[in-house]
Amino acid sequence: MRTAVVVFPGTNCEMDVAHAITALGGETELVWHRHEDLSNFDGVILPGGFAHGDYLRTGAIARFSPVMDEVGRMAAEGRPVLGICNGFQILCEAGLLPGALIANRDLAFICRFVDLEVTDTDTVLTRSTELGQRIRIPLNSYEGNWVDPSNSGRVALRYLDDPNGSQQRAAAVANDGGNVVGVMPHPERGIDELLGSGDGRALLEGFLHSLVPA
Amino acid sequence: MKVTVEITRRPEIADPQGTTIQRALHDLGHNEVMSVRVDRVIHLEVQDDDPNDVRARVEEMCRQVLANPVLEDFAVEVSE
Repeated sequence: MRTAVVVFPGTNCEMDVAHAITALGGETELVWHRHEDLSNFDGVILPGGFAHGDYLRTGAIARFSPVMDEVGRMAAEGRPVLGICNGFQILCEAGLLPGALIANRDLAFICRFVDLEVTDTDTVLTRSTELGQRIRIPLNSYEGNWVDPSNSGRVALRYLDDPNGSQQRAAAVANDGGNVVGVMPHPERGIDELLGSGDGRALLEGFLHSLVPA
Repeated sequence: MKVTVEITRRPEIADPQGTTIQRALHDLGHNEVMSVRVDRVIHLEVQDDDPNDVRARVEEMCRQVLANPVLEDFAVEVSE
C-alpha cells in the first residue's frame, strides 16, 4: 500500500508527513509536482507549505501542476486523497473540496496546539476515531479561515474554540464520498507524546486503513 | 493592448484586512468611514489588436485562474 506525498516548489512539510506515515507502518514516496503518473500509488497526500509561493491565492497556481490531473483521477476513483494545511487550500482551489480558505479573522499567523472534536467519522481521515472524540494537534497557518458559500462541505473535525473564523468552526472538510479530505491543523506533527501530542496518529491511521490496492 | 483586471471579493464574504483597516481609520478619528474592502488589481499586456478578442480571452483567464469563483467577481478593462 503506497502513498504518494506530493512536493510542489515551496512545500515544506513533506518529510514530516513521510516520517509520520512510515512510523505508522505505511509506505510513502515523495513525488515531484511535475510527475504525471500516480498509477503505482493507492493514496496521495498534499502536505503543508507554500506551494508556488502562495502567489495570487494559496493553492491557485499549484492546482495547475501536472500531478493534479492524477490527484483528480484518484479522487474520482474514490481513493484516499488528503490535503494538510496548504494541501487543503490546493484541494479547494482545484474544486475537489467545496469552499475556499481566506486569511484568519484576526489576521494573525496562528501557531499553537488546538483542540478539535470529531463530527463525522465517515471520512478517510476520521474513520479510526469516534464521534465526539477530542483531538489535540498543532495549527500552523495564516489562511485557515474556511468559507463555503455553497454550504455543501462535510465538516469532519471542528475546533472547540474559534481560532480563525472558519465557517462552522471547521478544521477538516470532506467531499460527499468522504475520500477527499482537507485538514488545516497538522496530524503529522502530533504522532508522538514527545512532541506534545499523539492524537494525530488516529487520524493518519484512518488514512492508512482506507488504502486499498490500486 | 493593456488590460486591467479588478478582482473583488463578493460582499457576503468577510474581508478581515478591510475590517482591520477600517478599525485603524476609526482610531485615527476618521469615523465617517463606513466600510473598507481591500481588492486586487492585475495589469496585463496582451499581444492582440482586437479589443473584443482580448476581453474574451482575459475573461477566460479570470475564470480559469486569476479569480476564485467561490469568493470573487472580476471586471476586465481593455485600453490601447
